[in-house]
Amino acid sequence: MKKRTQKHTDLLQGTLDMLILRTLIYGAAHGHQIGKHIQRTTNDFLQMQHGSLYPALHRLERRGWVVSKWEMAPDRNREFKYYRLTKKGKKQLVVEESKWKRMAEAVARVMWPATTEES
Amino acid sequence: MRWWQIRKRDQDVERELESDLELEEEEQRESGVSPGEARHAALRAFGNPTLISEQTRAVWSWTALENLHRDIRIGVRTLFRSPGFSSLAVLVIALCIGATTSLFTVVHSVLLRPLPFRDPDRLVMIYEHFRDPSMNALQFNLNAVAPADYYDWRARTLGFEDMAAWRYWQFNLTGEQGELPELIQARGGSWNLFPLLGVNAVLGRTFTESEDRTDGDAVMLTWSLFERRFGGDPSVVGKQIHLDGKPYTVVGVLPKWFTYPDAKVEVWVPFASGLPPEILAHHDYHFTRVVARLRSDVSLASALGQVEAVQHQLHLQNLHAPVAEDVAPKTLIEDLAHDVKKPLIILLWAVGCMLLIGCLNVANLMVARSAARQKEIAICSALGARRFTLIRVQLIESLLVSVAGGVTGALLSLAATNWLVSAWRDLPSARSVHADGVVLAFACVLFISAALMAGVLPAISSTSKQGIGTLQSSSHTATCGRTRTALRKTLLTVEIATTVVLLIAAGLLLKSFWRLRTTDLGCVTDKVLTMGYSLPAKKYDNPEKVNAFNETLLERVRSLPGVRAAALGLVVPGAGHAGDDAFTIPEHPPIAAGTAQPVALYRRADPGYFSALGIPLLSGRFFTSSDRVGRVRTVIISRLLAQQYFPGENPLGQHLHMVPYGNADYEIVGIVADALHQVGQPAKPTMYFPILDGESDRGLTLVVRTTANPLTISVPVQKVIAKLDPQLPVFDVLTMQQLIEQSLGNASLSASLVIGFAVLSLILASIGLYGVLSYLTTQRTGEIGVRMALGAQREQVLRLLLGQGVRPALYGLTLGLAASAGAVRLIQSMLYGTRPLDPAIFAAVAATLLGVAALACLVPAWRASRIEPMQALRTE
Repeated sequence: MKKRTQKHTDLLQGTLDMLILRTLIYGAAHGHQIGKHIQRTTNDFLQMQHGSLYPALHRLERRGWVVSKWEMAPDRNREFKYYRLTKKGKKQLVVEESKWKRMAEAVARVMWPATTEES
Repeated sequence: MRWWQIRKRDQDVERELESDLELEEEEQRESGVSPGEARHAALRAFGNPTLISEQTRAVWSWTALENLHRDIRIGVRTLFRSPGFSSLAVLVIALCIGATTSLFTVVHSVLLRPLPFRDPDRLVMIYEHFRDPSMNALQFNLNAVAPADYYDWRARTLGFEDMAAWRYWQFNLTGEQGELPELIQARGGSWNLFPLLGVNAVLGRTFTESEDRTDGDAVMLTWSLFERRFGGDPSVVGKQIHLDGKPYTVVGVLPKWFTYPDAKVEVWVPFASGLPPEILAHHDYHFTRVVARLRSDVSLASALGQVEAVQHQLHLQNLHAPVAEDVAPKTLIEDLAHDVKKPLIILLWAVGCMLLIGCLNVANLMVARSAARQKEIAICSALGARRFTLIRVQLIESLLVSVAGGVTGALLSLAATNWLVSAWRDLPSARSVHADGVVLAFACVLFISAALMAGVLPAISSTSKQGIGTLQSSSHTATCGRTRTALRKTLLTVEIATTVVLLIAAGLLLKSFWRLRTTDLGCVTDKVLTMGYSLPAKKYDNPEKVNAFNETLLERVRSLPGVRAAALGLVVPGAGHAGDDAFTIPEHPPIAAGTAQPVALYRRADPGYFSALGIPLLSGRFFTSSDRVGRVRTVIISRLLAQQYFPGENPLGQHLHMVPYGNADYEIVGIVADALHQVGQPAKPTMYFPILDGESDRGLTLVVRTTANPLTISVPVQKVIAKLDPQLPVFDVLTMQQLIEQSLGNASLSASLVIGFAVLSLILASIGLYGVLSYLTTQRTGEIGVRMALGAQREQVLRLLLGQGVRPALYGLTLGLAASAGAVRLIQSMLYGTRPLDPAIFAAVAATLLGVAALACLVPAWRASRIEPMQALRTE
């Protein structure tokens, strides 16, 4: 069962970045929260791989789309590394989103030509 | 965060992962998992934290840097683990790079770097050029220019911006306050020479046109004399100094870097200064060097064409005299580098060969090493190391070896360059030879290519195999690494072939040098001391005074204990050209217009000269003390002159008519055997005039033949001279042996350098052979054990292995001999009395190489034949 879900999570290159940026729209979050959020929202369809989550977070930070800061968690008495969206990151999200939309439409046209024509 | 914050970044990543992992663990616990299980469950959900942190760190591009750091650390450690290999490889590279860099430094400063003058590309030397090919053989194809020709060229052609002239001279510098007199090298330069070269005086000024006259008494000091003799005191400008007893006014000091045409020059006087007007008007006194600056809008060919037209006209007007028909150009660099160019280029080839051999050797060592490390590499790749990483590690290892070798080599080359410059007498010193950016860049390119060559080849070959294959084959060592053995053998063959070429070149040069050393000069060379002096014209202003000095000196020297004979001459045989003159024979019909006038070397001798030097009399008589001023003018000629210009006649009683010496007839009173003017050059027709005839005003050489070590007599003789005239300096105090050695200096230096390279290469090649064979033997231990267990004799094993080692040597030898047959053409012109395809040398080289190769193979082969079969089989 677990194996199957893992296969589903082979995300398209760059998609993970977009999902992370989208998640951070709601406010700062640490790595674990981001992973959990994506997993929960997709009803466990996208099982978060930490091996790609952390490199992705650091990649985004390096590009200046997010910034990180060690902060106290409100519910637990411990510090976590919180990531926050920057202005540049917000712009990037728009770009990624529209790219993804176009991509999805293109894929859809190939996959279900009749339905697309009707609509 | 910057790259130097790597550590901080790493801690950050660790902390982040740890805190998130703890959170996961807590959540697992909260969802009801037992505390003991929670950690494992969290790890399962999380994945491998080490791997994640590595992957995360890789995002920050410092990974490459970190890897490099790690690889270097590994490389250094591996190299230190095998100090024998490392030091050998470093030594080989250091020697090769050191030698190459120093020679390149010299070549670069002598042949490649432009001269430090204004717009040096447009400067050219112009010489007179005789069309007669027989004159070319006598090296008159580029003849010094007569002053009158130079003046005509300058006045009558338009292709050059300007033309300047300089000539050789020397002075006796005497001090005002009783400083020691000394003989200094001088040059006479036309007033426009310094502006033409673009050189300004650092103190004072250069010459003016009005000073460039016969009675001009201006003088410029070069920096070395200014520092050495005048303590760098600027007030010397405007003061007077005494040259040959005549006062000259110092008008300027030349800059320190100005050492044209060579660094030995101490003063410059105006070109015409001190020269009689009739000499300046002569078209056949060839002693002037002409430097011309081409106009930017004129091609060299057309500018030279104009000069040629003028010269041809002059030739037609002076058919009776040796005035050349043509002119020929030479670049300034070539003019300064003259005969150094060829040996330098040959040495560069030799060093290139050695560099190639060194690289091949290091590559060979590396292949041997990687063969020994096959299993290690196989295990690494089985554990997941990528081929690229493995190649990179080995590449870095060889790069480390090269850098270590290169740094050592660069230090070595600093020392070697200094030594080379001081040992190489004829090296043009117009520019200082020192390493600069280009040379360093050259060295860097060398190391990197050496590293790539030594690293890539073995790395690729050692990783090309499937790791599993290597692991499997480890029990059958005889079959594995066949391709690698082939590679090593190929490297070795090339190495040996190159060594053969070097050895043959070295052998030829050595033989030629030995021939030069043993040349018979035609006179006694053992236990002979020579020293020069020059009587100043001002103090010795008439022939009687000159003769009185010379005769008294000879008399006193002869009476010294330990002196067998003493004599005076212009120069001794072997001391060089020293000047020649044209003559006519009044008894013969006048020579046809257009044919070259007879020319012979000009020498002077006192009555005892020939007997002191052991030059035999063939007919007639030697000079006597009555051959002196006011009597019948006499001359003694050499055998070659008699043979060439009096064929089938008796020259005795006939005359030579000499224009320069009193425009008079000289009766031939004797014929002496030929003596060489220069070792390695054919004898030339020579005429000897008596020293006592009053025409002598040039420097003379005192020849002292002794019964014991000639150098012990030099101080007593100098004391005799100082007693006669305390103001008179002596120079060039040398034994005949030293004189000859000095004139052979370059030949001996290049021969010994090439031999040094050849011997080093031979050693390198034998190390290579030894290495390959010991490797093969180790590899075949098991097989040999089986063979011996099955009854093979020790001799058979020995022969088998010897054959394996000697075979690449034989291939290399054949290849090398074939290549040498072509390569020797390069050095043909440097050989004296030696044929380029000298069979003795070729045979000797072949024998030496085979001998050394056999020796290098014998040790491992013998060791293999001693293997105990049982032990060998057990090592499986």
